[in-house]
Amino acid sequence: MSRKKLTLALMDPPYESANSTTALRIVAAALELGIDVNVFAYEGAVCLPLKDQAPHANPVKGTSVEEEEHPTTKTFVSALLEMGNGNPQLTWVNCGLCVDERGAGNVVDGVKRGSPADFLKMAQESTNTLVIPTK
Amino acid sequence: MSNYIFIESQDPFESRDPKFVEDMAIALKKRGHNVTVFLVQNGVLATRTECLARLTSAGVSLLADDFSLRERGIQPDEILPGVQSVALTVLVAALVQEQTKAMWH
Repeated sequence: MSRKKLTLALMDPPYESANSTTALRIVAAALELGIDVNVFAYEGAVCLPLKDQAPHANPVKGTSVEEEEHPTTKTFVSALLEMGNGNPQLTWVNCGLCVDERGAGNVVDGVKRGSPADFLKMAQESTNTLVIPTK
Repeated sequence: MSNYIFIESQDPFESRDPKFVEDMAIALKKRGHNVTVFLVQNGVLATRTECLARLTSAGVSLLADDFSLRERGIQPDEILPGVQSVALTVLVAALVQEQTKAMWH
């Protein structure tokens, strides 16, 4: 295998677990090292690139949307897809059945729809695979 | 001989589950494999305690995510000897080595 490739399976929905942050950091670290990355988003993780996410103000602190700078996972996913647009390459596949169950089809550009069969193919063609399960 | 990487994200004070990772890591090391435990998220809370002593004694490599340490205000001089604070790129580089098996906990 000439090029290194890492496949990640993610399951946690956004804003629920530190696993999501770490997973996105792992993707960024791999791309920084020039390693190709496959992400198979399963279950709640298909909502990570959901386009309908919106930053919000914080009425408790009295901050505006701009002051709060609330991060959204869709922005992180878009940034990672931009980093991995070529060499190295990031391929992000959302599980189609998980998407349909959640009505989560409106996702940022670059996210593909697939099935667990794609995850198998990704794992077979990768140097290694890391599954990050929900707790 | 294989390389095993255990990524421990769980707080050792929250449940006994990290003990099973510790037992498995030590057992694999005794069988002659290269074993690394990478602490991340609340897993880094173990770096200030003696609960990692069995792993270091067994020769298991112990790495801790520097970002997770900073998030929790754990200073470098608080980390037990034998635990190395590293960037996440170190984990990724290890993951793409041949004959490497990774398990997230």
